[in-house]
Amino acid sequence: MPAESLAITWRRMPERYRMEGTCCSTCSTCYFPPRKICPKCRRKGKIESRRYSGHGKVYSFTCVTAPPEGFELEVPYVLAIVQLEEGPKITAQIVESHDCDVEIGDSVEMVFRKIKEDGEEGLIHYGFKFRKV
Amino acid sequence: MAGIVGYGAYVPIFRIKPEEIARVWGEEGERIRKGLGIEEKTVPGIDEDSATLAAEAAKIAILRAGIDPQTIGAVYVGSESHPYAVKPTATIIAEVIGATPALTAADLEFACKAGTAAIQICMGMVDSGMIRYGLAIGTDTAQGRPGDALEYTAAAGAAAFLIGRDKKEMVAIIEDTYSYTTDTPDFWRRQHAEFPTHGGRFTGAPAYFKHVMSATQGLFEKTNTRASDYDYFVFHQPNGKFPIEAAKKMGIPVEKLKDGLLAPVIGNTYSAASPIGLCNVLDIAKPGERILVTSFGSGAGSDSFSILTTDALLQKRELGRKVSEFIAKKRYLDYGLYVKHRRKLKSF
Repeated sequence: MPAESLAITWRRMPERYRMEGTCCSTCSTCYFPPRKICPKCRRKGKIESRRYSGHGKVYSFTCVTAPPEGFELEVPYVLAIVQLEEGPKITAQIVESHDCDVEIGDSVEMVFRKIKEDGEEGLIHYGFKFRKV
Repeated sequence: MAGIVGYGAYVPIFRIKPEEIARVWGEEGERIRKGLGIEEKTVPGIDEDSATLAAEAAKIAILRAGIDPQTIGAVYVGSESHPYAVKPTATIIAEVIGATPALTAADLEFACKAGTAAIQICMGMVDSGMIRYGLAIGTDTAQGRPGDALEYTAAAGAAAFLIGRDKKEMVAIIEDTYSYTTDTPDFWRRQHAEFPTHGGRFTGAPAYFKHVMSATQGLFEKTNTRASDYDYFVFHQPNGKFPIEAAKKMGIPVEKLKDGLLAPVIGNTYSAASPIGLCNVLDIAKPGERILVTSFGSGAGSDSFSILTTDALLQKRELGRKVSEFIAKKRYLDYGLYVKHRRKLKSF
């Protein structure tokens, strides 16, 4: 897997490190990853940055046994769609669930973890995953 | 006078027992367990490192403090296992907690006492009025050479303290601090070396005991106090035995050590060792109780602190997860999985 460009990694730090998304103050819809324009309100929309609570529920999940490059050591791991408190659904790993003991509806909270490393000498990519509460 | 406005600790969920490590190396597990006073030690997850542990501890500290992260003027991270040789861990933490960009940040290294050195730096900056709040962190994912005595104890954990100067906000006042430092080569790791080297028995009397006891007694003299003035003692804990021995030598009742001595259940978390011990004491202490903390870092030095808890502690400590909650949640690894977690095989 080719390494992500440094600029992209750096630009996405607010969303990956602190789960900063956006919300439209006109219609109260939240977007993650952040959007610059509210597709519902269009010109009338007012997009504002917001740091999400990091809490949500498992909407759906799968147990990964055939991982992409860079995730071999973590197998088997759970990849889930998490419905955030603020509304948006996002895809992320659920940590500490090595027997894939996750159920739809489980409450989860954001944790800060290593996502992948660009080899031994490259950048370490950090970001959010979730843990059952 | 500076004090602790918020605190938080984190240890990973994974554990390994000394018997399991001893099984692989043909040693007597029970003898080692009893000799070191270690029941089990923590192991980081495959996706955890000193930065991620520190971030989790820092988030709890800020939650307890209830302050706007933008008012934090300094972040110092002490560790001997920073993820990068060049590129600060402190900037990662500052970004995670949302303290950037108006702050100063740096990484510290002093074997197992870099975390308490961070507290002292923040105290000075807060007291001088340079900054309003400083975040001091001790974090480590310590490594021992396979088969070496260190492998039985080298563990992973982090503790974070938000240091401020507004007395109303403090959960504990840091009344005074005293340090004792000499050049003592008891433990080191050269540039590019994967595992540390230590002086065996030399790590005891001239290193750990001399520094821990001199710093503690130095603080007694500086503050005109004695052992009976303190309700709790927290010493650096490279194993479960050294702190008890140091206490006995100084005539400190072992009972006062109990709550701050976590090495038997989490191992030696290096820069986080005495800081996590302090967090556990803050989790249970009553207001108006006095705690003496003495760290130790090989190389060598010790920092001692006299800490007095306040009324605000009772309410603020309920805002974040306690040390005992992390300790209670565990999953055991066998040596094979441990090797994978610590990437001790070259092919990883």
